[in-house]
Amino acid sequence: MQKHTVTIGIFALFAVIAGLAQAGLLTPYHVSVLMFMGVNIMLATSLNLVNGYMGEFSCGHGGFMCVGAYVSSICTVLMFSKNQMLGAPLLPGYLTFIGFPVALLVGSLAAAVAGLVVAIPSFKTRGDYLAIITLAANYIVISAINNMEIFGGPRGFMGMSATENGMKAVLDIPWMLIFVMLGTLFTVWLLRRFVTSTLGKGVPAISQDEIAAEIMSVDTNRMKLIAFMLSSGLAGLAGGLYAHILGYVNPQSFDIMRSTEIMVMVYLGGMGSLSGTALAAILFTVLMEALRFLGVWKWVVIPLLLILLMQFRPEGLMGNKELSDLFPKLRKYYSFK
Amino acid sequence: MSLLEINGLTRRFGGLIAVNDFNIELGEHELVALIGPNGAGKTTVFNLISGFYQPSEGSVRLNGQDTKGLRPHQVTALGVARTFQGIRLWGEMHVLDNIRIAQHYRLGYSLMDCFLRTKNYTQREKAIDAIAWELLEAMDLKDCAYELPRNLPYGVQRRVEIARAMSVKPSLLLLDEPAAGLNSSDVEGLIKLVRWIYDNYPVTIWMIEHQMKVVMSLCSRIKVVDFGTTIADGTPEEIQKNPTVIKAYLGDDTI
Repeated sequence: MQKHTVTIGIFALFAVIAGLAQAGLLTPYHVSVLMFMGVNIMLATSLNLVNGYMGEFSCGHGGFMCVGAYVSSICTVLMFSKNQMLGAPLLPGYLTFIGFPVALLVGSLAAAVAGLVVAIPSFKTRGDYLAIITLAANYIVISAINNMEIFGGPRGFMGMSATENGMKAVLDIPWMLIFVMLGTLFTVWLLRRFVTSTLGKGVPAISQDEIAAEIMSVDTNRMKLIAFMLSSGLAGLAGGLYAHILGYVNPQSFDIMRSTEIMVMVYLGGMGSLSGTALAAILFTVLMEALRFLGVWKWVVIPLLLILLMQFRPEGLMGNKELSDLFPKLRKYYSFK
Repeated sequence: MSLLEINGLTRRFGGLIAVNDFNIELGEHELVALIGPNGAGKTTVFNLISGFYQPSEGSVRLNGQDTKGLRPHQVTALGVARTFQGIRLWGEMHVLDNIRIAQHYRLGYSLMDCFLRTKNYTQREKAIDAIAWELLEAMDLKDCAYELPRNLPYGVQRRVEIARAMSVKPSLLLLDEPAAGLNSSDVEGLIKLVRWIYDNYPVTIWMIEHQMKVVMSLCSRIKVVDFGTTIADGTPEEIQKNPTVIKAYLGDDTI
């Protein structure tokens, strides 16, 4: 029984949320906040693999999210909606159930490949210099898309709402919400499995002493490749979902501002703690909504909070600890793999 | 065929010759020391063997295989483990993890296995765990399996580092000043530990050491280097009487 408590708990929670949304007890506003929460969890936990576990400073996560968002959007628009440049839809609407996950996968793979732009230099470069490379990678992506007229350039790209409409035409339930919840679960599940394995523990070994890691038979280049590609691939998945929630994307929404936001969530939650980062992402999303009344001043208050955090709790809310470390007594009720 | 064969090994850093025409041949199951004054190039020899530096000239052969161009983790996979002059454990991971991670070269499962938690993954992780616990037990470290290395006393950290090196299952173990910074009772413990490892594992141990007590009570053969060049090679008794060695350590009395 305890083998399945976590799984049952998570899916029950998902079912309750989806049910409430379906019954109209959650307003569209609440549903969209929930979806952005999921996307933020995905972005923050995936960045944590590089910034927390590997101890590098990647500040271009928004760039990889952008690659995933655009590639998957182009796929679904090509398949399911009419576009001036890309022509009429190729497939009927009911195939969205297959087409959308495939598009998300293609987007993630493209983002993982884009991750190579950072992964390969990381073999030789570390610290501040690598941070500059990640920044450059972010700019490369944004500038490239700004200059691609076929995908709308700076005006943005749209038509993705046809995907959810195609699904809703078959069965009218909040599909995007369900996909976001599943995507979030998948991301955390995949990362957790990686970082708890002996293979995955090679990543913090590099961060704590790279020379010792090399000498004790850890293939550091392979580990860096895996870490960067996994991290950027999952950011791409988050980007794909984000694009389909909004139904519209433009390059500016993935610039350095976005990357900073993701970084704030990681440092808020604690580096080297997946559950901490997930909590921080939830907290951050709520905070952003709660501070909405401040308008532009929000961007004065939030960085100020970051400064206070660094002053008084530099290790973040959770530090290296996981949620399960805080409540060890609960362990007997579940086992989580 | 000898386990380790070094021929004409030379390493230059710019104008400085750190190691000059170094030769040695080690067989299976030997206990050998490398001594010499500070800056003589001893650690550089170890760094050259473990693939951390590439030789300027000469060759390092392990079981007949030239290690030229191999990266450090590939050299380790050939059965060479080492410890460091200053302890280099992964300080934020507990002792058990430190010992597990050093088995990386024979994980035996892929990234996909890890994601899907296949049967192969479970079996291999179990085997890795078993080896780690066996070593912890044998080296009397069981009680601190879940401690962070940085919270342990220095002498225990040394032992953990040696245990970590042993989890590679090496045929050649390089110890770089294992007694540095230890108090006298810890040194006694270290001598016992090295002797115990030598008696219980089919491993050749090669150590750099300054404390003559350790060297003389453990090693059957000693090689002495100074300014990157070998100045003596022989049994402990021979080395103690060798005039060149005495001169290298104490200086020339004719001024």
